[in-house]
Amino acid sequence: MTAFRQSVEAMIPALRRYARALTRDADIADDLVQDTLVRALRSERLFLGGDVRSWLYTILTNLNKNRRRSLARRPTLMPLLDNNADASGTEAEGRDIARALSTLVEEQRSVLLLVMLEGLSYREVADIQGVPIGTVMSRLARARAHVRASLDGERPALRRVK
Amino acid sequence: MTDPNIPVTEDELHAYVDNELPAERRGDVEAWLAAHPDDAARVQSWRAMAEALHARYDQVLDETVPKRLEIERLVRQPRRWVYGAIAATLVAFIAGGGAGWIARGAAAMPSTFQSFTVDALDAHRLYVVEVRHPVEVPGSERDHLQQWLTKRCGWDVRAPELAGLKLVGGRLLPGPSGPASFLMYESTSGERFTVYTAKAETEATQMRYSVHGSDGALFWADRGVAYVVSGGSDRTRLTQVAQGVYDQMEKSGG
Repeated sequence: MTAFRQSVEAMIPALRRYARALTRDADIADDLVQDTLVRALRSERLFLGGDVRSWLYTILTNLNKNRRRSLARRPTLMPLLDNNADASGTEAEGRDIARALSTLVEEQRSVLLLVMLEGLSYREVADIQGVPIGTVMSRLARARAHVRASLDGERPALRRVK
Repeated sequence: MTDPNIPVTEDELHAYVDNELPAERRGDVEAWLAAHPDDAARVQSWRAMAEALHARYDQVLDETVPKRLEIERLVRQPRRWVYGAIAATLVAFIAGGGAGWIARGAAAMPSTFQSFTVDALDAHRLYVVEVRHPVEVPGSERDHLQQWLTKRCGWDVRAPELAGLKLVGGRLLPGPSGPASFLMYESTSGERFTVYTAKAETEATQMRYSVHGSDGALFWADRGVAYVVSGGSDRTRLTQVAQGVYDQMEKSGG
């Protein structure tokens, strides 16, 4: 196996984690990873060095954007996907964070996950999304505020119902 | 280098948590947090958020990688058409399991589906039998055809390259809500397929299959454009052609 293929292979678990959190559906996530790998392998000869890791995250992020664009925007899809994702999680905390993620807009979810889960730098995320660092930081700030409000909001909201 | 009296900004708090802050400013931020409990609570909540994310998703790292993601396997196989609602639908058609799927998707937009498909099939039946003048612009003038239709229709009209089929050409037609483009393809055995596109009222829909006599049509909408691929009643064959069309539209858009 070539060094290039080895470095792609080493990234598969992390790509699956990112895709799982991004799509909240294990099958869709692995479809995305598969398509990412196929594209990466097909472009092996075009890859002129650089960071394989960032490049793979870029392909996956773009493929997911296309996927979402080609889906009908039916809000009823969201709870269905959430249930799927939740079925595999047992901790209440895990369910909360998955639900909070599902309320974010795509760009914010992607930034949040790339920085907080995948540990990429602001610079790398800016390159992946093709935006200035300032945009990455404002997306991150909005995503964190939103998730925090979503996590904080759920329990008091239940009490208020009484 | 920095002045501890300069207030710490929101951006700096994030950068502090994400280890993006210059080392010399970290002490200032820590002092600031000690004096500002609200900011300290926010920083703490972001750390807890990161822990929750790892607690929820790190288990994926320990899972066995599915066989279909093995590099050796992917290198051997040509690219498979793997995801997307429309792609999944086509797979369902190929497998012959379309009926259940149609029932599931039937709720949305029956009228759009009807009117586009009827228009497209009418055009298909009208022109497919035409021997001498099936199209206005012949396939040999592909670039001109694409430019002309794009200009008249208002979206990017591309004539996809379809395996085993030759572009006969295309024409402009009146559609349900403005102009429609109409492209015709032909196999070496004379089998004809048409690709009809018109402006859709919906951003995107799932794919529908429809049969009228000896003609079949597959309809879907994507990015505000409706597509109808019409051909004979051989559903598998029609699905292959529609797959080629969809795949290239997806690529050109992405």
